[in-house]
Amino acid sequence: MATLEHYLILSAILFCIGVFGLLSRRNAVGILMSIELMFNSANINFVAFSKFINPDILTGQIFSVFVIAIAAAEAAVGLAIVVLLYRNFDIVNIDKINFMKW
Amino acid sequence: MIEIPFINLAVIYPEIAIFTASVIVLLVDLFMKGEKQGTLSTITMLGFAAAAIIASRQWFHFETGFSDALIADNFALVFKLLFCAAGVLTLFLSVHYLNREKIFRGEYFFLILSSTVGMMILASANELITAFLGLEVMSVPLYLLAGYDKKKLLSNEAALKYFLMGAFASGILIYGIAFVYGNLGTTNFDEIYRALQGKTLYGEPLLLLGLGLILIGFSFKTAFVPFHSWVPDVYVGTPTPATAFFSIAPKAAGFAILFRLLFKAFAPMMPDITGILWVLAVLTMFAGNLIAIAQRNIKRMLAYSSIAHAGYILIALTTGTADGAKAAILYLLAYTAMNVGAFGIVILLGREGEKDLSIAGYSGLSRRHPIAAAAMALFMFSLAGIPPTAGFIGKFYIFRGAVSAGFIWLAILGVVNSLISVYYYLRVIVIMYMKPEAESDRVITYPLSLMVAIILAAWGTVQIGIFPNSWLNLVRDSVSGFF
Repeated sequence: MATLEHYLILSAILFCIGVFGLLSRRNAVGILMSIELMFNSANINFVAFSKFINPDILTGQIFSVFVIAIAAAEAAVGLAIVVLLYRNFDIVNIDKINFMKW
Repeated sequence: MIEIPFINLAVIYPEIAIFTASVIVLLVDLFMKGEKQGTLSTITMLGFAAAAIIASRQWFHFETGFSDALIADNFALVFKLLFCAAGVLTLFLSVHYLNREKIFRGEYFFLILSSTVGMMILASANELITAFLGLEVMSVPLYLLAGYDKKKLLSNEAALKYFLMGAFASGILIYGIAFVYGNLGTTNFDEIYRALQGKTLYGEPLLLLGLGLILIGFSFKTAFVPFHSWVPDVYVGTPTPATAFFSIAPKAAGFAILFRLLFKAFAPMMPDITGILWVLAVLTMFAGNLIAIAQRNIKRMLAYSSIAHAGYILIALTTGTADGAKAAILYLLAYTAMNVGAFGIVILLGREGEKDLSIAGYSGLSRRHPIAAAAMALFMFSLAGIPPTAGFIGKFYIFRGAVSAGFIWLAILGVVNSLISVYYYLRVIVIMYMKPEAESDRVITYPLSLMVAIILAAWGTVQIGIFPNSWLNLVRDSVSGFF
């Protein structure tokens, strides 16, 4: 029987994978995928808390629906920026996008 | 039978006005042929004007709606008016610039309008769901605005950096909100306040983790040190009028939600987090001001100066009193006027392709362009906080609020930072007035729209500085019902 702790550990693992991927990936598309992982780990938390803390009030589940919608919008904008960089300047490796330094 | 709840649309009338204008802008841009910049900017202007009129008519109405998820008290309304003012001023800054850089497209106005809708939702959010939604509706158009000059590499770099940092911050924020929800079982600010009674922050690990992650998320968005690293690159790469917008409106929106979150929802936890805010404020002020000294590019200098100004407002947040909130609103109003003015002069003196942005290039400006130099001097004095300008009044009330709330050291460090900042602001004036004229083929035209923006900004800077009474009344009214 899965308890609340199981879900929280799963989401913590996902969140850490997301943060690690965001910091270590060099490919911009890989970074976008890591960001999705971070959002979805929060979704797991919301749904798990909603089920185990007050199952009658659906705040947590509604919140996760909003987060999914927002994540889709962010992914669309992020991909647009990455595609633009690739088309105009032939870059996907973010280490090469470093023209400004103080 | 499902009962349909009563929906009080009055609470989002300003948002509806702006959203309608944004949709009309998109449709007109799609179907209209030929020269359309004039039409589109007029529609945008009318949208902002309508929203501002509606917001000022709702003064003291205290509308709430959507199951208390949104609230239009005076505190929210004053921020809505500020966003409208920032939007209109940005519009005046943009018209000439977009023509000069030959990058005009209709989406520009749509992006500014739709991100303003997000800021307004954020300012009136009374629920973590609406706060998160407002934050994202605000941020996503801003990422695109940063990359608006899409043929230029720097603009693309700015968009990517802003997007990655913003999305990372959103991920942290939403994870934190999940923990707060898990601990308290609610996301409504009033219910959070009630649920927190009798709890201590350090006795509830989930709550501590959640609130910490929420603070980190918002610190990224409002660029507190050490979460500021994206700011200078984004501000330099972004088209200059959009940079002016970035440095004012999203920052004000971030502070609006931080005030509501910390003064209302998490008010019982405020004594526990004051120490963290204290450290953030001091770090933000010192890092912003000290790094700004080393800058050679005027946009980069203004970027670091905007970080430092966020630090001053953070002092007001740390005090946790009504006086602090009032001082912060006054400071944001003053900052809007003087920063729009400074960026307006930067646009006026720049040339196609974002050239002529080095501070050294301003040498001897006073001889050939005395009006531009005098206006720049006014805005620099105000940013440095020298009387009788708006910047002085804003800083005065922030420091006075800190002293009367017992944060003597914070006020002293704030004054020390103001003195540091005088160095790099006055350097611009010294270069303009006392250095020999630089060899430059700079030709300045004075386009009408840009002059309107600069004159309005100068009027605001002087008006708040010399006749602060009416502004103080406005600010006093705007926190009524909030405490």
